[in-house]
Amino acid sequence: MNILELQNLKKYFATQKAVDDISFNIAQGDIFGLLGPNGAGKTTLLRMITGIFYPDSGQVIFNGRKFDPVNDTAYIGYMPEERGLYKKMKIGEQAVYLAQLKGLSKAEAMDKIKAWFVKFEMESWWNKKVEDLSKGMSQKLQFVTTVLHEPSLIILDEPFSGLDPVNANLIKDEIFNLAKKGSTIIFSTHRMEQVEEICNHIVLVNKGKKILDDTVKNVKNEFKENIYRVGATVLPDAVMSPAFEVIKHQPEELLIKLSPGTKTNDVLQYFIAKNIPVHAFNEVLPSLNEIFIKLVEGTKTARQFQTIN
Amino acid sequence: MNKTWLIIKREYITRVRNKTFLLSTFLLPLMFVLFIAGSIFLSAKSEEGRKRIAFSDTSEIFKPLIKNDSAKLVFVFDKDADTSNYTKKGFDGFIYLDDSANHHYVLRTPKAASMGTIGSIENKLNEAYQNYQLQQSGISKAHLDSIKKASTGFFSLDNKGDDARIVNAGVNYAVGFGSGILIYITMFVFGAMVMRGVMEEKTNRIAEVMVSSVKPFQLMLGKILGIGAVGLTQLLLWIILMSVLSLAAGAFLPDDVMSQVQQIQNNPAVANNNAAQFNEAAKFLANVSSLNWPLIIACFVFYFVGGYLFYSSLFAAVGSVVNEDPQEAQSLMLPIMMPIIFGFIILSSNLNSPDNDAMFWGSMIPFTSPIVMMGRIATSPPWWQLALSMALLIGGFLCTTWMAGKIYRTGILMYGKKATWKEMLKWTFRK
Repeated sequence: MNILELQNLKKYFATQKAVDDISFNIAQGDIFGLLGPNGAGKTTLLRMITGIFYPDSGQVIFNGRKFDPVNDTAYIGYMPEERGLYKKMKIGEQAVYLAQLKGLSKAEAMDKIKAWFVKFEMESWWNKKVEDLSKGMSQKLQFVTTVLHEPSLIILDEPFSGLDPVNANLIKDEIFNLAKKGSTIIFSTHRMEQVEEICNHIVLVNKGKKILDDTVKNVKNEFKENIYRVGATVLPDAVMSPAFEVIKHQPEELLIKLSPGTKTNDVLQYFIAKNIPVHAFNEVLPSLNEIFIKLVEGTKTARQFQTIN
Repeated sequence: MNKTWLIIKREYITRVRNKTFLLSTFLLPLMFVLFIAGSIFLSAKSEEGRKRIAFSDTSEIFKPLIKNDSAKLVFVFDKDADTSNYTKKGFDGFIYLDDSANHHYVLRTPKAASMGTIGSIENKLNEAYQNYQLQQSGISKAHLDSIKKASTGFFSLDNKGDDARIVNAGVNYAVGFGSGILIYITMFVFGAMVMRGVMEEKTNRIAEVMVSSVKPFQLMLGKILGIGAVGLTQLLLWIILMSVLSLAAGAFLPDDVMSQVQQIQNNPAVANNNAAQFNEAAKFLANVSSLNWPLIIACFVFYFVGGYLFYSSLFAAVGSVVNEDPQEAQSLMLPIMMPIIFGFIILSSNLNSPDNDAMFWGSMIPFTSPIVMMGRIATSPPWWQLALSMALLIGGFLCTTWMAGKIYRTGILMYGKKATWKEMLKWTFRK
């Protein structure tokens, strides 16, 4: 079942088509990656999903019904990229306040916050003010306030920026945990290695349009270039075959690109025939980073301003 | 509504607990009372002691007529005194005729005498000369006083408008000016508070988190009402504290200072006209008590709250479009402050004729009505005018709140760029 369906969403600003006819679905329980270069329209898209902006046209279907910002925000947790908390407010009170705004009762909020604070070792923070926290600490607090009301849809915009690897892992584990418990997670970033690690489904937007929408596995397969890594000790000139082309030669391994029509076993047979011992053979799939760069490259890096009627 | 209530509560509690709030609430009245008490104390101290003045009265008019009845001045007619020896003889000053053609006397003192001293000596001289003139014409002072007493306040004059209501110009002036200036000042102070309060979400970068949980309109309304409640609390505390502290200060001032203060208040120049003044005061008090106080207080509360709501939403709109830099706010605030200032100008320049055109229109248009209507309220304006003015103000603040809500919704999420009036207007009419 799809928790979220975007149908032909459009949002034009005075000088930009921020989101220009984008549709995609997100299944319940997915960890979904929303990717795109700077200024692609990700934030605008997320703001429409969270009810901050109204789309110019198209609609958002949430849980099978038309999205109703007033009531449905209780089921959504949004951690925007532009993040912040009331600096002068005590941390405990602030967390309770934000949870109450999401519809939790005070007692419920207290119980949940205490549990999270224990989990993240933040118990001693309760009476401190946000201005006393470091950037990483306030990031953790922000994450807690985002997921506190157990939203069924969690939207995280660059959740790991500013976190050290230990804390980043802590948050990452929690994201997996939440997904396991049935929450759907939308993850917006341009850090591709994180996407590869966490997401199972991605959409790539550029200049307000969707240019890719698939599972991570399919995307990688779609963009693979038949490159294989062969672990073998061999001299550079010793391997020559019409079946493949050596892209990179290192003392212990070769990177080869298979010619069209060649099967992997043909390559292996060639090595066997030459009596070269192969101790490793595997396919090299392109990283999302490479795919991203390939797809976005060639378009103007900065969005241009245009007039929109 | 529940969320708005949460926001109001947070705005109120965080502000009231703030150290700046506590300091300004409790220190300001204290400083105010200390200042007043201090200046009274100092002025009383400086007037201390009875001044002995030597008078070289060559005309011989003054000696029999001048009354040595002041606690601070004694005239001594010493023929031997002159400018060189008066201090040696123990006098604080010396008066001699300088220019007989112009009746010009000179007071010599070792150090410059205070205005009060000079004034009271001058009064004494003139009073004595008046008595001299009366005696010359054969009228005794006592006779004149009895005539004066009998004639002052003998006739009284009330001004009735065509609609047969009594126009109490003086009382109206006091009520109008007092409440008008109070509304004027609080609108500025509260308005600036709301503006800074609205900028809080932006400077803390929490706007996006907030509007993903609550509607921007709820947030704005919550802030306006919460900050308004803080302002009211502070105002009430100030009034209470100042009255308590003034009473306390009165009790603590030494008795002799207090008696001197009373003497300053009954200074001789005023005493002359006491009877007339007493009559005026009695009339004023009678007028004050004849006023429809419940109506005035109700209207004050209404226009105070209405004016606050009307303007604070405009200030909120401005606060939402500027960035951290308070300088930016100045230029956008000016167009909002103009009508407030304008309203006050209308009020202060037309208070003497509360029913003229400027006052009428000023009291109808919601931009100025909170201030101007208070200048007419004591003259009991026609009911339809009051009702229309109130209806317009309610309509006005609904309109400004709606408009501000639209601007706020967009402005609060904008960073880096200050919006222009044109852009704000466009946001208002966007669906």
